[in-house]
Amino acid sequence: MSSPTATPSQTTEPAVSVRNLWKVFGPKAETIPGSAHAELSPAELKADTGCVAAVRDVSFDVAPGEVFVVMGLSGSGKSTLVRCITRLIEPTAGDVFVDGDNLSAADEKKLRELRRNRFSMVFQHFGLLPHRRVLDNVAYGLEVRGDGKASRLARAQEVVELVGLSGFENSFPDQLSGGMQQRVGLARALAGDPDIMFFDEPFSALDPLIRRGMQDEVLRLHHEVGKTMVFITHDLSEALRLGDRIAIMRNGRIVQLGRPDELVGAPADDYVADFTRDIPRSHVLTMRWIMRDVKPGEPLDGPELSPDLVIRESIAPITSSSAPARIVKDGQLLGLVDRDDLLAVIAGSAQG
Amino acid sequence: MTAVTADAPSAPPAPPAPAGAAPRRFGMKWQLLAWFVSWIVLWLLLNGKFPLEAGTPPFVQDALQNFASNLGLVSWTQPIINVLNGLYNAGVWVTKQLGWTGMIGLGSALALLVAGWRMALLTALGMLSFGVLGLWDESMQTLVLIAISVLLSLLIGIPLGIACGLSDRFNRIMMPILDTLQIMPSLAYLGFIALFFLIGPPSGIVATIIYAIPPTIRLTSVGIREVSEASVEASRSLGATGWQVLRDVQLPMSRRTRVVGINQTVMAALSMITIAALVAAPGLGQSVLGALEILNIGAAFNSGLALVIMAIVLDRVISAASTRSAAGQRSKKETWTNRAVAAVLIAVGALLPAIAPKTATWNQAWSHPITDPVNTATDSLNNVLYPITTAFTEWITVWLINPLESLFTGTPWFIVIAAFAVLALILGRVRTAMTAILCLAGCVVIALWPDTMVTLTQVVLAAALTLILGLLIGVWIGRSKRADRVWRPILDAGQVLPPFVYLVPCLTLFGSTRLTAIIAAVIYAAPAVIKIVGEGISTVPSDTIEASRSVGANSWQEIFKVQVPMARPIILVALNQGIIYVMAMVVIGGLVGGGGLGYEVVKGFSQERDVGVGLAAGIAIVLLGVMLDRISQSAGRVRRTSSDVG
Repeated sequence: MSSPTATPSQTTEPAVSVRNLWKVFGPKAETIPGSAHAELSPAELKADTGCVAAVRDVSFDVAPGEVFVVMGLSGSGKSTLVRCITRLIEPTAGDVFVDGDNLSAADEKKLRELRRNRFSMVFQHFGLLPHRRVLDNVAYGLEVRGDGKASRLARAQEVVELVGLSGFENSFPDQLSGGMQQRVGLARALAGDPDIMFFDEPFSALDPLIRRGMQDEVLRLHHEVGKTMVFITHDLSEALRLGDRIAIMRNGRIVQLGRPDELVGAPADDYVADFTRDIPRSHVLTMRWIMRDVKPGEPLDGPELSPDLVIRESIAPITSSSAPARIVKDGQLLGLVDRDDLLAVIAGSAQG
Repeated sequence: MTAVTADAPSAPPAPPAPAGAAPRRFGMKWQLLAWFVSWIVLWLLLNGKFPLEAGTPPFVQDALQNFASNLGLVSWTQPIINVLNGLYNAGVWVTKQLGWTGMIGLGSALALLVAGWRMALLTALGMLSFGVLGLWDESMQTLVLIAISVLLSLLIGIPLGIACGLSDRFNRIMMPILDTLQIMPSLAYLGFIALFFLIGPPSGIVATIIYAIPPTIRLTSVGIREVSEASVEASRSLGATGWQVLRDVQLPMSRRTRVVGINQTVMAALSMITIAALVAAPGLGQSVLGALEILNIGAAFNSGLALVIMAIVLDRVISAASTRSAAGQRSKKETWTNRAVAAVLIAVGALLPAIAPKTATWNQAWSHPITDPVNTATDSLNNVLYPITTAFTEWITVWLINPLESLFTGTPWFIVIAAFAVLALILGRVRTAMTAILCLAGCVVIALWPDTMVTLTQVVLAAALTLILGLLIGVWIGRSKRADRVWRPILDAGQVLPPFVYLVPCLTLFGSTRLTAIIAAVIYAAPAVIKIVGEGISTVPSDTIEASRSVGANSWQEIFKVQVPMARPIILVALNQGIIYVMAMVVIGGLVGGGGLGYEVVKGFSQERDVGVGLAAGIAIVLLGVMLDRISQSAGRVRRTSSDVG
């Protein structure tokens, strides 16, 4: 099985660029990055120095318009990571660039300016202001940056409609369900028309059905407004649904970074493999992962499919044809997939 | 006393104690028994062989006397005195201009705005009752003093509380100061304040602020710290400045907790401004004190009733305001109607005297003080109870107070110090023992040793009785919801009742004796202790109790094998609180025949030449308080693993 490598598009400047980011909690935290201690395991580090490294030497780029997911279990450092990127927590070492601006070097004023105009954040526990109406909550970011009352309420109204909260403008947050409250959080983050949105486990506190609806909502918004999104989650299926690319974190490090099919098809280590075991392969893997070379004498008049087509969507065209499907990109035949190949994958994933 | 025997081995095994404390924990009951027995033996052996006092010359008292006589002190506080007097006079002037109708209109209008129409009605009725009891002017004076003290407390306290809420470092500096302010018996520093601010309203206001400000600072800080981190973070992520986060998130979201703090401050101010009658602060406190001096129960009861009504109205209105604040902000329409009605109330009240001049002043014919009926009733009751209460007083004095007092006053001073040092070692750690030694040594230097021991006797007895009462009723209300419903209002009333009020019946029943002082202290301290114990018992997990029932434990076993041992840390907190409350009553005890340090303090207020002794006695009370506080705290701490070292 061939394994294509992750290649973030290098054609444009990244929207967010994280370089060697560290966050260490504990005494003399600033001495840890770059020292011999940096290589220790969490337990050894704790025993030796009393420090805990929540984020260890993390680097990645997010392309404009991309949905970049950071996935990890609780305690893996993902929430700290996103807070270090937005500097809600001061990182111990490393740099963050947003559209080329060095965020880590920004002073308070510059930082506020960036937060008010360039990026925004959606939180797991919503962080709404209980004493304000929905509309005032949505307009809060605009109020903070000094927009006039009429213009900010007009803009808030637009965004409220965009996230499907029309009719609830004058409600108070505690009168709404969890899912509705998070729509308010989403609207608040959208109101300032930021280039980049950060989501910190925004749907973890919601019921599974509501969560799915909200994920659809994010996908829809992504299509409509085309923001760059950095999405933190502990839920792999959420990560696979939303992410163009996914970074899996463990003990503060990124253990693998790649497209959904790369994580499932070629896990970097046992940890990732363990994670992805229950994911139905046919939902994630593409033709590229199961195609094989042409055997002599095979008919080459089967349907033509793209190598990026997901397996489950290939079932109809492949099963309806007696000849194997041809995987073609840019007019070039890459390989073949027939019914047996398909069944092998589906059966394999069914066995878990 | 020696009834405390042999159940130590059957006690439930101690949970693993923190390292270091473990060896000492073994057989603590036996250690305490041995400690007590050896003290008695030493007392019997050494009786009369050593001087009981150290014989320190009273240089501390002399120094304080000199300090006090140099009233040059007042020169730099004069501007403050002038301002406070000015505020007080202005306030009283306003109440006179508005007249009783205007004041009731104003009061109910304010209640309407912050707490709704029910509370407005309660306020109007409450204020009307001040007139009916014949105490309108006194009530207004008290209200003006409370208003000034509370406003200044909030003006100083809220910014300090915000600073504590935002800065851990500032919080660490402030908390011990607040602890000290709350432990220090208010009466001990009342005299000291009078030196700086002279007797009259200014001293009353300053003392009240000192006493009443801690809850505002504490709860403002707590409120800000409680604000959901998510909301603060969200606000920061939108680029809000520190000031914007404070104004838009932290202050509005901490509002409810802050109002609770304000409520406690108002209650504390009410109880302190009454006591401040001792430094000639005007108002209801004066009339209670006056009645107390001539033992006129009816008059004291009458004024006391006015105080209780005032406390209830203030408490209800502010509590309602705190629960309403969130909802109230939402309905703009209701707010505007209320504003309109409030304006009408004030206008009608203030203009009524102009329209109908007869209503301008309160007609004394409308007043029906309960003084005489109460006096008649208590006199007849007293005739019946007198033999019983005399016998009771006699019995307690002979069998409880006298023996303990002879132990304390009859043991040479160094043995007493050693005894408390050893007790501190058994219950706490070396540091606790050092504190005990230093505090008692301080009392030796102050040269009021016999008084100190008399006071210590009463404090120990009062604390013990309070704890017994607290356990009995606390376990009861902790186990039964119905008992809780019955007791809760009584306890609430006990907490808001100014101590002066129940002193009078105590005095008539038990005379001017040490027992009266002890009973007054127990009444003052018991409600808080009962509440804490009840809380502790009721928070024992029901799983554990069910488990105990499932193995066939009866109620008695359930209480003594499960609930009390599990609530032990909280019971020890209750003991600690009980001691602090009892200490706060020492001076009042001195006023009603308790003698000891309290009496010296009271004497210091009344006679210029005794000011030094009074101040020294005040310091000795603080020292005793610190010692008992630390010892009882350490007893609670050993099991709770090591929290912070205070």
